[in-house]
Amino acid sequence: MNLTQGILSALEGVTSNKLRSSLTMLGIVIGVAAVISLVSIGRGAQASVTSQIEANGTNLIYVRPGSTQQSGVASAAGSAGTLTQADADSLLGVAGVAAVAPELEGRGQVSYLGSNVNTRAIGVTPEYLLVRNMTLADGEFISEANVNARSSVVVLGSGVAEDLFGGTAGAVGQKVRINSQPYTVIGVLESKGSTSLGSVDDQVLVPITTAQARLLGGGRYRGANVLSSINVQAENSDSIDSTIEQITLVLRERHDTYEGADDFTVSNQQDLLATITEVTNTLTLFLGGIAAISLLVGGIGIMNIMLVSVTERTREIGIRKAIGARRRDILFQFLVESAVLSLVGGAIGNLVGWLISLAMGQVQFGNTSIQPTVDADAVMLAVGFSLAVGLFFGIYPAMRAANLAPVEALRYE
Amino acid sequence: MIEIENITKTYRMGAVEVQALRGVSLTIERGEVVSIMGPSGSGKSTLMNILGCLDQSTSGRYVLDGVAVDSMNDDQLAEVRNRKIGFVFQSFNLLRRLTARRNVELPMLYAGIETGRRQRAAAALESVGLGDRMDHRPTELSGGQQQRVAIARALINAPPILLADEPTGNLDSRSGEEIMQLLLKLNRDQGITLIFVTHDPKIAAHTHRIIHVSDGLVAEATA
Repeated sequence: MNLTQGILSALEGVTSNKLRSSLTMLGIVIGVAAVISLVSIGRGAQASVTSQIEANGTNLIYVRPGSTQQSGVASAAGSAGTLTQADADSLLGVAGVAAVAPELEGRGQVSYLGSNVNTRAIGVTPEYLLVRNMTLADGEFISEANVNARSSVVVLGSGVAEDLFGGTAGAVGQKVRINSQPYTVIGVLESKGSTSLGSVDDQVLVPITTAQARLLGGGRYRGANVLSSINVQAENSDSIDSTIEQITLVLRERHDTYEGADDFTVSNQQDLLATITEVTNTLTLFLGGIAAISLLVGGIGIMNIMLVSVTERTREIGIRKAIGARRRDILFQFLVESAVLSLVGGAIGNLVGWLISLAMGQVQFGNTSIQPTVDADAVMLAVGFSLAVGLFFGIYPAMRAANLAPVEALRYE
Repeated sequence: MIEIENITKTYRMGAVEVQALRGVSLTIERGEVVSIMGPSGSGKSTLMNILGCLDQSTSGRYVLDGVAVDSMNDDQLAEVRNRKIGFVFQSFNLLRRLTARRNVELPMLYAGIETGRRQRAAAALESVGLGDRMDHRPTELSGGQQQRVAIARALINAPPILLADEPTGNLDSRSGEEIMQLLLKLNRDQGITLIFVTHDPKIAAHTHRIIHVSDGLVAEATA
């Protein structure tokens, strides 16, 4: 019997009991759809996080207070207020550093007329715009003069402007209150979209001196104003590792610490990117693995049904053998049947998984949306896996069928 | 031509061994019409299964058309059944899902015949008088018509031997007689060897020779 005949006769077998075949396929459909949609969502999440991190600029180096290890006890980076303005100033002279933008971060209640928004308030210097790779939608950014004069001026993130003024236009020149203090809006930032790390649109920027003196305070450390972090722009991304090394040495000297006992952490986008990629990869693998279990269960469903089918069709097998079917003809017939079940199920599952991915792309999670990406390799993997499942779980029933003795099978009622 | 010599068949049922055949020898010439008769439990069915290569003997020689069949493996036996022996069963044994024509095509499929299957199946069905029933499924046919389909299927690979196991057992006397006449005509026109397994004396009366089986032995062969 040749392949075409085999497939035709398998299709006859599959379609002769449509309800049963479709229920069997459903197991594979669910399994494949789960693999495709979960993997694509994982990939989509990864792509969106990656693109947002890259949008911040790849030359960016973060210096945060606190370290991974203090007196043997790990403390979260950012928890200790040990970075100061003096540290930021000292980094200006380090080789490979293009710009330094210190910041002091806190929360602020921003109100305008009746509306108010609780958001992130950050004290910054003029360098912040460049270093964080931001652009203005309207107005101007905080100037050196603003910083020196501790001016009561504010630059709104586009999300905040949207909430208070209904858009980026019309905000400049207005007076808003932040934690009850009056501030004049001098600029609005262009939207950068949200990141999973927090939206950069959902923030307001004030001069760092204003933040230290009035808005956020922040305290002092060794006689200098405390910072929540220092953003450093490296001259180029190729030498970023040696720049990080230099910064670490300078700060170690200033803070009188040694490796393993640092009270600060220096990291860059690449580190962050690598960590996040690793995390999302693990997550994707994990999700795919869970989905693969349902595919396995679907495969067992195929085996179950094929075993029932072999028993039911014992007499048919006997007849076929009596008129000249060899072992391999019967084996082939039943294997093709389970392969057809799993392949058709796999194809439908792909379609369903793709539709689920599309639907997920329409859903907003908070203000983050994920664009799931259905990759060819995930599709091939799912189809290949479902075919393998079909063949693997089909082989035992098919062997049983092929090994039936013709006399016994013919006698079967 | 069929030659069997000192054939035995032993079944093992748990700890008990049952000897269904205890040394049977017989020769059936090409073109002969014979019937094998015997009460149930005589070993008649076992003999038929061995003659039809559906089962193998425990010991003894079986030469079919000059080829030793007793030493063949399962797949070789399948090929012998496919090319040398046509089966007609009491309960027709057609595949219910397939049309009459597809049923008749099956042996050609297993013989690896790639072209002309439809036409040949159609011609075979014409020759048994079912030209207008080709696309009917077995459930849409009467018993006599189903047995005709089975005969067409048995003959499609032009085997020299046709083995009929109570071919009229499920039919009324009129269609039974028609089936008998159809089979005997095949013998007259094409020289096909006919072997009937039956306990119906009316069938046996049509045959040249009756082989009586009792207690696992051939008791007598009457002409």
